[in-house]
Amino acid sequence: MTRTTNISKVTPVVGLEIHVELATQTKMFCRCINQFGDEPNTHVCPVCMAMPGSLPVMNRQAVAFSIKVGLALGCTVPEYTKWDRKNYYYPDLPKNYQISQYDLPLAAHGVFEIPLESGETKAIRVLRAHLEEDAGKNIHDLPGCTGVDLNRAGVPLLEIVSEPDMNSVEEVLGYARSMQRLVRWLGVSEANMQMGHMRFEPNINLHIEAGGQTYKTPIVEVKNLNSFRALERAVAYEISRQTSEWKADPEGFTLAKLGKQNRGYDDNTEKTVFQREKEEAHDYRYFPDPDLPAVVVDEAWRESIAGDIGELPLARRQRYMDAYRLAFQEADALTMDAATGDLLDAAVAVGAEPKRCVNLLLGRAAAIAKERDCTIADLGIAAGQLAELATMLTDSNINATSAETVLVAVIEDGGSPAEIAEVQGLLQVSDTGRLEVWVDEAIAENPDAVAKAREGDKKVLGFLMGQVMKKSRGAANPGEANKLLKQKLGG
Amino acid sequence: MSAASDLTILTAAELAKAIATGEASATAAIEAYLAAIDARDGAIGAYNEVFADRARARATSVDAGEITGPLAGVPIAVKDNMCTTYGRTTCASTYLATFEAPYDCTAVANLEAAGAVVLGKTNMDEFAMGSSTENSSTRMTRNPWDTDRVPGGSSGGSAAAVAAHLCAAALGSDTGGSIRQPAALCGIVGLKPTYGRVSRYGLVAFGSSLDQIGPMTRDVADAALLTRIIAGHDDRDATSLSEDVPDYAADLASGAAGLRIGLPTEFYTDALGGEVRSVIDQAIETYRAAGAETVEVSLPHSRIDIDADGKLSSFAVAAYYIICTAECSSNLARFDGVHYGHRTEEKVEDIIELYSRSRAESLGEEVKRRIMLGNYALSSGYYDAYYNKALKVRRLIANDFAAAFKHCDVILCATTPTPAFRIGEKTDDPLEMYLADIYTNSLNLAGLPGMSLPGGLSSDGLPVGIQLIGPVLGEPTLFRAGRAFEAASGTSRLTSPVIEGQS
Ligand SMILES: [Zn+2]
Repeated sequence: MTRTTNISKVTPVVGLEIHVELATQTKMFCRCINQFGDEPNTHVCPVCMAMPGSLPVMNRQAVAFSIKVGLALGCTVPEYTKWDRKNYYYPDLPKNYQISQYDLPLAAHGVFEIPLESGETKAIRVLRAHLEEDAGKNIHDLPGCTGVDLNRAGVPLLEIVSEPDMNSVEEVLGYARSMQRLVRWLGVSEANMQMGHMRFEPNINLHIEAGGQTYKTPIVEVKNLNSFRALERAVAYEISRQTSEWKADPEGFTLAKLGKQNRGYDDNTEKTVFQREKEEAHDYRYFPDPDLPAVVVDEAWRESIAGDIGELPLARRQRYMDAYRLAFQEADALTMDAATGDLLDAAVAVGAEPKRCVNLLLGRAAAIAKERDCTIADLGIAAGQLAELATMLTDSNINATSAETVLVAVIEDGGSPAEIAEVQGLLQVSDTGRLEVWVDEAIAENPDAVAKAREGDKKVLGFLMGQVMKKSRGAANPGEANKLLKQKLGG
Repeated sequence: MSAASDLTILTAAELAKAIATGEASATAAIEAYLAAIDARDGAIGAYNEVFADRARARATSVDAGEITGPLAGVPIAVKDNMCTTYGRTTCASTYLATFEAPYDCTAVANLEAAGAVVLGKTNMDEFAMGSSTENSSTRMTRNPWDTDRVPGGSSGGSAAAVAAHLCAAALGSDTGGSIRQPAALCGIVGLKPTYGRVSRYGLVAFGSSLDQIGPMTRDVADAALLTRIIAGHDDRDATSLSEDVPDYAADLASGAAGLRIGLPTEFYTDALGGEVRSVIDQAIETYRAAGAETVEVSLPHSRIDIDADGKLSSFAVAAYYIICTAECSSNLARFDGVHYGHRTEEKVEDIIELYSRSRAESLGEEVKRRIMLGNYALSSGYYDAYYNKALKVRRLIANDFAAAFKHCDVILCATTPTPAFRIGEKTDDPLEMYLADIYTNSLNLAGLPGMSLPGGLSSDGLPVGIQLIGPVLGEPTLFRAGRAFEAASGTSRLTSPVIEGQS
């Protein structure tokens, strides 16, 4: 029954649910420590173990964090929201219901601008962001039984649901990475993938134009993706799988006929896999949780959280490009987190030249940060130190190479850049008397090169400059030394 | 009459005073009650567990001056759905038959902080679902006034223990009448406080938006005393109220003069008949004679009707059974055989079978019925027709009460349609059993305080309760009105035949 189908266009249509674990000190509804990686069942209490008679009490910090994300995404944050119970049985959910938000999420209807490789941005609509409690973890590798670790049970989880506005793998990844950057920026989550702080559930289908008609393939939800790589592979795989399945059966493989499907993801094959549907559709029997009063977000609370948000990554990057005249890559690298840009801005505020600061931050400092797997700001450079060093560069008190050496020393041991440069003899020498000594020595020791240079060999001039710099152990002011060398060579 | 049995005749307040002044020792009080339990609880079956050793040790500490407080040395019984770190907390269910709680219920802890001695855990309908204590998986509890009759429920064990003088006072819990109905049937005082007035932390939940812990006592003064101690804000219960707790004893002696007593037309229909009607009519006369004014008020959405076959009906009962079953279907989901409690010993294929077998083996018929009703009411497609509609009725009922309290200080009506019924009389007809709470359900829906107190006796000598209803946080008025009735009617501190038989 197959027939040749001439596809004129395939548009992937993707929406993404992102679950973000919030970095509150304690859990969502009890006062157990919110901490990853400890011995199983060491951060538990009657509430998160669902002992009879225990009751949940809301963590206000988690709500504030969620509102912060909602406002940063341009969402509406309603004055009243509430908690609902989502009823289903699973061993890692000891109450056998999850406290979540059903019809009144904490935030709704926002827009998230994401950067594209072209340098443009695209607006992805955010449908809603709601807060809920995470489940525990089943441990399957025990001999003869399955264990349940409830350390994670009750950890606050923000679920951010986008509209299906993404049309490529690139856009999905851009959205996911931007969201990671945003929640870190706002200080509401470490968003560490290895620790499971972020999980993805994309909804994917295709709009295929062929023979003058548009066909829609079934919407597939891929559950529980734990890395950007898995997200990328799962979406890419679905696009190719759905394309070929549709080609094989253009009239049958459609949304209208097959509806929505869930698929899992296999990390080894990097493919999505069919999941047997439950015999009947899940009915979560949502209803308002009678143990928890409605949440009132009054104007004052909302305003105080909004006042905490400050400049967002995209706006800051644009400002760096405009005001500091940075290239896109530089501006992007400096807006991976909020603190690095704060450091830059603080150094500029006390009079340092932006470009000098940026070169310092994105040179050895960025390399060390990468080695240490931390942000540039985490290296502990103070704004005053950065400004001091940048100003030394501007005033030609140090050359770029030595400045890197001083910066490394600042990172390792702290201290004043000027003093470090002084002690290590790295202060730039512009004094003609001292430069002359090195220049004369270089000329005296390299008669052949001098001869060639005098004949106009530019390359040899560079060699001689290198000798001067070497003799000065990098401290010579290259401009001044160069001028002097040319003079002596009779240039 | 021995000195020991003398002590069991005292109210909690009287006993506390006797111990505080050195007229009696706490040890003597505890021994007197332990002896009474030995002598009479075989016939009554009020207790699921008695903490004799612990009670004796605490009494010793009271006598040594190490434990003090307004209830120092006073033996209290606690319904078996309140968690205690000592003994078991079973909810009279096979599922929790061996469950030992890792923490104490706030209300119980408050009592002990005031010096009280928890004497034991009392029997109840399983998970507080029932009106006769016949739904207990542990034992039969009998009414001290007639041991062929039920003590009411679900706090039947606490009611029977107070009425049979097996404790000085008790705690019960009330979701739709579970304190007031057994109090009425056993001839004692029972208060359901305003929703949120007493912390629910440590009370095993049945219907979370309806449940409230309250005192079950021999007189109104004791109810006021215990309420003062158990009430107050608790950081661990987000629904607990933050308002200060007043001195409930302050207005006790103010009398009935000037009180405006509301009589809701819809509670005085043909449905109110026989012996209960005559006790209520007499109570109205007593109040009038004591200087109270009676005013007719209207609670249209709580109307109680009776059909040609004698069947009662009310919106409140319908809404109540949808809401409480919906909540319990979710609250009891945690009893799944995985984390604690009963787990099937059968070999199971998968987790679903583990759940279903463990639950099927250990939950009683009525509990299963309510879980199924609740799941049905919440399922998609039925939610609006049942649960949502019930919430609307609930709102209307609350609005009715708010309007009525513009014209009166307190509402007077029946607690139950009849005095205590016979054991087994209603067990085959769950609906008939549900109607035992027809006068009490609407308060829980509206979150209001209500108190049942003895109104008098029926012609065959069974106690009949009268119910006083107050506005939100209207407990002081309830205690004042209740004490005024006791003083004017002389029906306070009734002595059940089981005690007379023994002394
Ligand atoms: Zn906990």
